[in-house]
Amino acid sequence: MAETAVQEKEPLLAFGKNEQKLLSDPLNDNNPITVQVLGICSALAVTSLVVPSVVMSIAVVFVCAFSSLFTSLLRNYIPKQVRMIVQLVIIASLVTVVELTLQFLNYPIYKQLSVYIGLIITNCIVMGRLEAFAMANKPWRSFLDGVGNGLGYGAILIMVALIRELFGKGSLFAGSGIEMKIIGASTDYFINTQTNTWFAWYANNNLMVLPAAAMFIIGIFIWIQRSYNTKLVDIS
Amino acid sequence: MGEFFNVFIKAAFVENLVLAYFLGMCSYLAVSKTVKTAFGLGLAVIFVLGITMPINWLIAEYLLSENGVFGMDLTFLRLILFIAVIASMVQLVEMIVEKYSPSLYNALGIFLPLITVNCAILGGSLFMVSREYDLTQSVAFGLGGGFGWFLAIIAIAAIREKIRYSAVPAPLRGLGMAFIITGLMGIAFMSLMGIDPAAFASN
Repeated sequence: MAETAVQEKEPLLAFGKNEQKLLSDPLNDNNPITVQVLGICSALAVTSLVVPSVVMSIAVVFVCAFSSLFTSLLRNYIPKQVRMIVQLVIIASLVTVVELTLQFLNYPIYKQLSVYIGLIITNCIVMGRLEAFAMANKPWRSFLDGVGNGLGYGAILIMVALIRELFGKGSLFAGSGIEMKIIGASTDYFINTQTNTWFAWYANNNLMVLPAAAMFIIGIFIWIQRSYNTKLVDIS
Repeated sequence: MGEFFNVFIKAAFVENLVLAYFLGMCSYLAVSKTVKTAFGLGLAVIFVLGITMPINWLIAEYLLSENGVFGMDLTFLRLILFIAVIASMVQLVEMIVEKYSPSLYNALGIFLPLITVNCAILGGSLFMVSREYDLTQSVAFGLGGGFGWFLAIIAIAAIREKIRYSAVPAPLRGLGMAFIITGLMGIAFMSLMGIDPAAFASN
């Protein structure tokens, strides 16, 4: 982790090697979910369907990026003793912005997600990055770090959701208007897509709908990631 | 008094916050490498949950409800006020731990301030509101929920200490194994759901 502030003079919005690394690191080497272990709760809560996971990822990228930016701008003025309350106020206001925007843009999805959007306040990725990075770095770098971590989180979220929805419900993108019944006999879920599914003998696996399934899938992701990225292997 | 124990037992075992609702996962997974640090964090969570729950109950009852001090429905402020109470309590715990046990403070690292965003704490307060507990029950729920969280993190820390000597494939060692064990523990705990301690008391 590059957590020390860069001291030399540089243009305000530089985009060199270091900045690219801030964006790409969280996708693999420093992934928020599989390496830093932050934001697991919502990964368990929303990933049983793909569409909520995508909306959730976009919301987290936004909140993470802008809360890092604002915290970094204010970092020299926040007293250490009240820093958490200040950070939470920043996060809570951004989450309110997201909530109202989503309500305006797409009301059905807002109704479906409203509880989960509120949960972003208690998503540890946001506050974890504020504590670990934004309090010690300049605004532009903190902003990029927030975007990168949001994307790393979203990537895992969407991959888990694809697996869980496909095997748990036999469909993909349910609720988005382009929903597809992929495998298994289509009986009760979507009346308008009755025929032509593959593997009609497949019965939906209810284990995949349980939150415990997300634990297993993330565990297997970690296994796969660490078997080709050996420097992450836990030696202790 | 019987009611107190009913809610306590239910919160600690039947509806365990970690293993039945999967709340508070981040710090649960990251701090459970050794029993010693797990013990410290578990105690901190019991303390924070036990204190914030009655305070939040008083806030919800006397400030935010229609019959409260301001005489109007202020429930839209609930989330922000709950979080503010939790954040100040965590800050207090952090200062106490830093003063009296610097080694524990260093071992817990970033996860001490992260108790604030431990979903088990905020989730507990929200459960308390939605289940309409009274003051005694909310104290019992706070202590019981914290105790259940404490037991769960001690259990997984002990399992992880033992499993270190097993022939787990190298890439799965540590975090990956912890995820899979938690999933299995969660499925095991599902068998406890639906048990109602009150039913035993009345028989």
